[in-house]
Amino acid sequence: MNFYLKLIWAYLKIGIFGFGGGYAMLSLVEKSVVDPGWISETMFTDIVAISQMTPGPIGINSATYIGYVAPHSVDPALQGVGWGIAGSILATLAVTVPSFILVLTSSRFIRKHQESGAIKAVFNGLRPVIVGLIASAAILLMNASNFNPNGISWQLVTNIIICAAAFCLVFFPIKLGKKKFKFHPILVIILAGLAGFLIYY
Amino acid sequence: MNDTVNENNTDVGPGIYRKLFFSFFKIGGFTFGGGWAMISLIEREIVDNHQWIRREEFLDLLAIAQSMPGILAVNIATTVGEKLKGWKGSAVAALGTILPSFLIILAIAIFLTPDMIKNNRVIASIFMGIRPAVVALIIAPVITTAKAAKLGWKTIWIPLVVALLISLDLGFISNPILFIVLGALFGYLIWRFSTKRARKEIDNNVKS
Repeated sequence: MNFYLKLIWAYLKIGIFGFGGGYAMLSLVEKSVVDPGWISETMFTDIVAISQMTPGPIGINSATYIGYVAPHSVDPALQGVGWGIAGSILATLAVTVPSFILVLTSSRFIRKHQESGAIKAVFNGLRPVIVGLIASAAILLMNASNFNPNGISWQLVTNIIICAAAFCLVFFPIKLGKKKFKFHPILVIILAGLAGFLIYY
Repeated sequence: MNDTVNENNTDVGPGIYRKLFFSFFKIGGFTFGGGWAMISLIEREIVDNHQWIRREEFLDLLAIAQSMPGILAVNIATTVGEKLKGWKGSAVAALGTILPSFLIILAIAIFLTPDMIKNNRVIASIFMGIRPAVVALIIAPVITTAKAAKLGWKTIWIPLVVALLISLDLGFISNPILFIVLGALFGYLIWRFSTKRARKEIDNNVKS
């Protein structure tokens, strides 16, 4: 039971301090669920990948998934679908309830301060921090368990190449005749999964 | 396109909760990539299709939703629902947004267990390839948000210090919440200070 309170507390904090969208929330999520050992680093990365490939906001998706997986991985006695579903309901509600209440109670306050310029000023201060938050999420995921789980150097090199190739595909627009397009993140994940299967199976 | 709300709009009748729920259910179930990708779909559904609110009002609500923490898509649903039917409306709209992703992820989580990812050779090999790509997917928005934030020589150190300290794992000073609070606080203080000074200058000019 105690673990569920911890789970709720962690996701309430994520819901209250999660500014700047899904990617900016990731380092906060990772600090809250990987550091206490609720899920492994690789599991966290996998959840980010799955959240990308399914519809809906990454914040909800990761809360639901982590809420389902964490109870069992923390306490083996909490085995069974019921404990997992309870965790995913609680985590998902906890991450959404703070902003839900804020929106209902302080719309007028926000509107007033938006006109005065105070809100804009707060976000001017937050913007560079948000860039740093997203960067920290990327750095935290550049770890051995994602790039070199078996300690084999050719795998490390291959994984760095996959990462670089994936970056080029999502970041640089490709010209095809007169049209320019970028690869959709979902397509990049599918291609990377295919590469993984061909190389590591 | 018609920007005015029809006064005797039958859409705001008794079936409004059901319609509100399914509108946001559809939006939550069919958009990949979260809040930003959802905005245009929500606008089409709420402003154009159902004509529940006017476009200017929608932009107003959007500004409020963006200045709140948490999940943008849920915040938009909450503001729209509140505008239409108070807290009940926002509860219905927010639930509609959350439910599709919740159900899909729950189904995946039940079948794709951590043990399966580890022990099934096919799935394990696929995820080994996916993990480095996920890192790339997060590096890309670092650069795009850095460009959008118009970082200059005076501000570029902020994200560098934030990213470094968070990834170093130094306990309290590696807590992302600390930097969010500091960023908001300094943004506010700098604004307060500069507007006060500007006001003083105006006063001085008036006096002299």
